Amino acid sequence: MLHIYCPHCAEYREEEEFRPKGEAHIARPVAPEAASDEEWGTYLFFRKNPRGLHHELWYHAAGCRKFFNATRDTVSYQILETYKVGQKPSVVAGQSSNKGAAK
Amino acid sequence: MSQQNRLGTGGRIDRSRPLRFTFNGVDYQGFAGDTLASALLANGVDVVNRSFKYSRPRGIVAAGAEEPNAIVQLGASEAAQVPNVRATQQALYGGLVAASTNGWPNVDRDLMGVIGSVGGKFMPPGFYYKTFMAPASLWPKYEKYIRKAAGLGRVPKEADPDIYDHINRHCDVLVIGAGPAGLAAALAAARSGARVILCDEQEEMGGSLLDSRELVDGRPASAWAAAVLAELATLPEVLVLPRTTANGYHDHNFVTLHERRTEHLADLAPSLNGRRQVRARMHRVRAGEVILATGTHERPLVFSNNDVPGNLVAGAVSTYIRRYAVVPGRRLVLSTANDHAYRAALDWHDAGREVVAIVDAREHPEGDLVNEARARNIRIIPGSAVIEAQGKKRVSAVQVARIDIGGFKVAGRVETLACDTIATSGGYSPVVHLAAHTGARPEWRDDILGFVPGKVPGMTPVGGVHGKGALIEALADGAAAGTAAAQRTGFTAPAVELPKVAKVREGKAAALYQVPHVKPAMRAPKQFVDPQNDVTAAGIELATREGFESIEHVKRYTGMGFGTDQGKLGNINGMAIAARCLKQTIPQTGTTVFRPNYTPVTFGAIAGRNCREFFDPRRFTALHAWHVEHGAKFEEVGQWMRPWYFPRGNESMHEAVQRECRAVRESVGILDASTLGKIEIQGKDAREFLNRLYTNAWTKLDVGKCRYGLMCKDDGMVMDDGVTACIAENHFHMTTTTGGAAAVLDWMELWHQTEWPELEVYFNSVTDHWAAMAINGPNARKLLAELTDDIDLSGENFKFMDWRAGTVAGVPARVYRISFTGELSFEINVQANHALHVWQALFDKGEKYGLTPYGTETMHVLRAEKGFIIVGQETDGSMTPEDLGMQWCVGYKKPFSWIGRRALTRPDTKREDRKQLVGLKPLDPQLVLDEGAQIVLEKEIRIPMPMVGHVTSSYFSPTLGHAFALAVVKGGSQRMGQTVYLPMADGRVHAAEVVSPVFYDAEGARQHV
Ligand SMILES: [Zn+2]
Repeated sequence: MLHIYCPHCAEYREEEEFRPKGEAHIARPVAPEAASDEEWGTYLFFRKNPRGLHHELWYHAAGCRKFFNATRDTVSYQILETYKVGQKPSVVAGQSSNKGAAK
Repeated sequence: MSQQNRLGTGGRIDRSRPLRFTFNGVDYQGFAGDTLASALLANGVDVVNRSFKYSRPRGIVAAGAEEPNAIVQLGASEAAQVPNVRATQQALYGGLVAASTNGWPNVDRDLMGVIGSVGGKFMPPGFYYKTFMAPASLWPKYEKYIRKAAGLGRVPKEADPDIYDHINRHCDVLVIGAGPAGLAAALAAARSGARVILCDEQEEMGGSLLDSRELVDGRPASAWAAAVLAELATLPEVLVLPRTTANGYHDHNFVTLHERRTEHLADLAPSLNGRRQVRARMHRVRAGEVILATGTHERPLVFSNNDVPGNLVAGAVSTYIRRYAVVPGRRLVLSTANDHAYRAALDWHDAGREVVAIVDAREHPEGDLVNEARARNIRIIPGSAVIEAQGKKRVSAVQVARIDIGGFKVAGRVETLACDTIATSGGYSPVVHLAAHTGARPEWRDDILGFVPGKVPGMTPVGGVHGKGALIEALADGAAAGTAAAQRTGFTAPAVELPKVAKVREGKAAALYQVPHVKPAMRAPKQFVDPQNDVTAAGIELATREGFESIEHVKRYTGMGFGTDQGKLGNINGMAIAARCLKQTIPQTGTTVFRPNYTPVTFGAIAGRNCREFFDPRRFTALHAWHVEHGAKFEEVGQWMRPWYFPRGNESMHEAVQRECRAVRESVGILDASTLGKIEIQGKDAREFLNRLYTNAWTKLDVGKCRYGLMCKDDGMVMDDGVTACIAENHFHMTTTTGGAAAVLDWMELWHQTEWPELEVYFNSVTDHWAAMAINGPNARKLLAELTDDIDLSGENFKFMDWRAGTVAGVPARVYRISFTGELSFEINVQANHALHVWQALFDKGEKYGLTPYGTETMHVLRAEKGFIIVGQETDGSMTPEDLGMQWCVGYKKPFSWIGRRALTRPDTKREDRKQLVGLKPLDPQLVLDEGAQIVLEKEIRIPMPMVGHVTSSYFSPTLGHAFALAVVKGGSQRMGQTVYLPMADGRVHAAEVVSPVFYDAEGARQHV
C-alpha cells in the first residue's frame, strides 16, 4: 500500500485515502472545435504506459478533495515527488532521479 | 501412551503439565511447550501424511514454517475446522484434535497408495496438462476425484464463531524475527527511545538462541534472549508480538503482521471475563525502517528416497533434541556439506543415542565442530554422501558412496549402513520471501551459497538472512543495524555493548544440492525436491529436456513451489538442478517470485471485523424506520437501502407494483427520493460552470426555475443526469443519480481544479442533509395544499419545472415541481431530521386520497412508460445523447465547447447505425421480455447471426394493459413498426414491434396541469 505525500495537506497519508486518475498533464485542446478528429482522438484515448517514471494525477478523495500530480516509478513503485496541479515535475525520465526525496 | 522418544531431562517443555491430544483418531500425550510436531515425534509417530501425487508415506522433516509434510486439519468440532496447519507451528494444548490432510481413507492404509505406486509411472511432470486437459469437458470430473484423493484440507461447513481484529499501527523501527540478530537490533533501536515493534512467528521468542550449543556471556544463549526480552518489556515505546507472522511486505514499508492470540490455547477462542477473546489480529504496520531478521531455512540434500519418514533437516534434529527434549530416532546418519550441521550429530550423541556416521561431502572437513565429533570418536566418512535411503514407513538403512560433485557422479563403492534417522544439510537459504514480496529480486552470493534479499528502500537485512548466520556475527550485525535504523528515524541510539561469544571456527561449505546416484536420475529411485508437491529431480530434468528453460516455466510445468509451503524447503535445490541440466549457474537460472502470504492466513484474520453488516456500509434514508414498519421490501442501490415495493397482506411483488402504479396514475402516490445525489454549487461562475458541464444551456435559467440536465464525458457518452435548480443568481442545487453522486462531485472537482481553476465556483455534497419526498398523481396538488399556506400551488403561479421555498407541515421546505412519472408531481425537500414529521403529516391528510407509498420498482415502471431513461440501465458508457433520442437536451450553439461537445462530431459518434433507444411492444401482450435479452432481425435463428441490440428495461404496465420494454437497437430510430426477434436460451424466439420509447401521454399533458 502506497504512502503518499499530499502537497495540499502537507502530510503523508495512506493510499486508501486517494484515488489514481491516470496520466497527468493531459491538456484539453483550447479550441476543441478547431481540433482535427485525429487530434481529438489522441487527446481522448491515447495514454502513455511507461516502464519507469510516470507522471500521474491523483485525487485526495477521502481527505482534502484536491487533485495533485505524482512522479512514480512504475517498476519500483517509489514516488519520487508529488506536486500541485499547474506545476511542472522536477524529476523527469531520462534525467538522474537521485533528487528523489519522496516529497 | 508412552512418549518413547522423550528425554528425561532438558528442553524447554514443562513436564509438570502433561497435555492429551488426538491425531488421526489416536490419543497421545505431550507436554506444555510442545508443538504438535514435537509431541508426535515424542510419541514415535512416523507417518503424518500421504504425498500429493504418489501417495507415499511422509514424516516430519523440519521444525518451523518450512515444513512441507506435516500439514494437518485442525479442530475438534465442525465450526473449528482449520485446514493446512503446519504441525511444526501449532502449539500443543489440552484436547487438541488434528488429522492428516492427505491420505484417503487413511495415512497408514491408503487407497491412493495402490494407484500411486502404479499411477506414479503414468504421472510424469506435465501429467495434469497432458492427461486431464483434453477433453476439457471432463476436467470437472477428474478434478473432483483428484482433489478428494489429494485432500488439500477442507473449510468448515459451519460458521466461524470467532472474532478477529485489524489494528493500524505506526512505528519507527519494525524488527521481523526475534533470533539473535533481531533481538540485538530491537534492543539497540529501543534504547534510543524509538517506537519499536518486534514480532516473531514462534511460540517463544529467541530463534536459534533457544537451541544453541553456544554460550553467551558464559551462560546458555537462551538466558541472554530472556534478559533482552525482559528489558524490552520495560520500555514504553516497544511492542513485542510473539506468535506473530509478518505475512506480507508491501510498498513503502507497509507490513501486515498476523498475530495468533488464542490458537495456542484452544481451537476456538476461549472466553476471558465472560467475553470471547479475539482469536487473531492483523496489525497493519507502516514502519519508518524495517529490519529483516528472518534467518535461514536449511536445505535438505536431494537423494533417492529422501522422503521416507525418518529423513529430517539437520537443524530440526538439533531443535527437537535441545528445545523439546525429543530424539526422533535411535541411530542417526548425518549427511552434510558444511560444518554447522555437525551440531545435529553432537546433540544426538549428547542425548545418549548412536551416531552411526557423519557423511561429509568434503574431502577434508576441518573446524571446531568437526574436531569435537572426532574427539568423541564419531565415524566421519569424507568426500561422500548418502545416495539412497531404504525403508517404507521408516528409514531402515542408507547407502553411502564416495561422490564426485564436479563430475556429478558416484566415484567409489557403495556402503550400506543400518540406521533409522537421516539428518541432512545442503546449506542455509536466507529467508528472502518477505523482501521478495516488494518486487526486489533476490541476489545470489557464492560465498554463502544462497540468495540474499534485493535492495528495498528503508529495509535492512541482518543475521542469517544477510549471510551472517554465525551467532557472533549475527549479534553484531543486528545491533549495528538497530542503531543505524533508529538514527535514520531521528533518534540518538547509544551503542549496544555486545555480549561475549566465542568465535566458532568453521570450514568452507561445499555446494551440494542433488546427490548423484549410481543410476541416472531418471532411473534411480525418486529423489524428491519439493515433497509437498511430489516434484522430483527427474521431473525437473525432464522439464529442461522438454525445452523449459525459464525457472518460472519449470515451476509451472512441474508444480514446484506451488504447495501451501511455497517450496520453502525445495526451491533452491530445484533451481540448482535446473541450472545443472541447462549447464549454467544458479543466478543465471534465476530465482522465483514469492508472494504474500508467507504462511497461510485464515480468512477470518484477513476479514477482521469487515464481515456481515460491516462488510460494506449501508446507507439509510431518514424515513427508513417508517418503511420497515410498513412492510417495505428493500432493494440495495449502491450502498443505499431503498424501498423496492410495499406489499399489502399476501400480495406478490407483481400485484403490489400494479396496485402502486394505478394509485399514482389515478390518485396520488409517494416516493422516498432522498437517495438522489445533491450537490450545492455556489460562486460567481457557477452558471458558467454548469454551461460547460451539462450538454444543455443554463444561461437563461431564472431564480425559481429548474432544468433537467444531461452530463457527458468528453468522449460524448452520457455519464449522469438530473434536475438542477437555480436558488439564487450565484447558487444552484444539483441532483444526480443515486449511484452517481460521488462520481459526479469528483468529476466537477476534476474539471474545476485541473482545467478551469480560474472559475470561481465551489461544490459541496448535501445528499444526506435534505430528505426528498415526491408526491405524484392527479391529487398531488390537493394533498399538498392541505399542508402549506405560504406557497401558491396554482398551475399559473407554480408551473412545471418551477421550485418554491416555503413551509410544509410547519417546517421550512423547498418544493420542486418536477416529475419522473409524467404525472402532476411535487418533490418536497426538507431538512432530513424533519422528514418523518412531514411524511407522517402527508399520510394524515392523504388518507382520503388513498395516498400510496411506492418503491423503486413502481418508479421504474412509471418512468419507463414515459420513456425516461435511467443512466446505467438504458446507458452503458457507449450511448450519446442522440443515441437516446435526447437531441432536445443538447446545446450545439452554446459558445463554450462543453464537455462532450467535440466528440459528438467524430465519425464514430455520427454513425447512423449506432444503437439507439427504442420502445418494444411484445407481440404477445402478456409477455414481459427478459432484461438483457439479445435482439436479432431474423426469425430463423442460425448461429452465428448478427446481434443488433438488447432489452434495457422491461415491465408489465397496468395502465397500458400490456407488457412493454425499452431497448437499444442498431439504427433503431429508422426501424419504427418493424418486428425484431429475441432468441431465448431455451429455444423459444420472442417477437416484438419496434415503437417509440414514449408509451404514455406522449404530449406531456398530465404533468402540466
Ligand atoms: Zn490532501
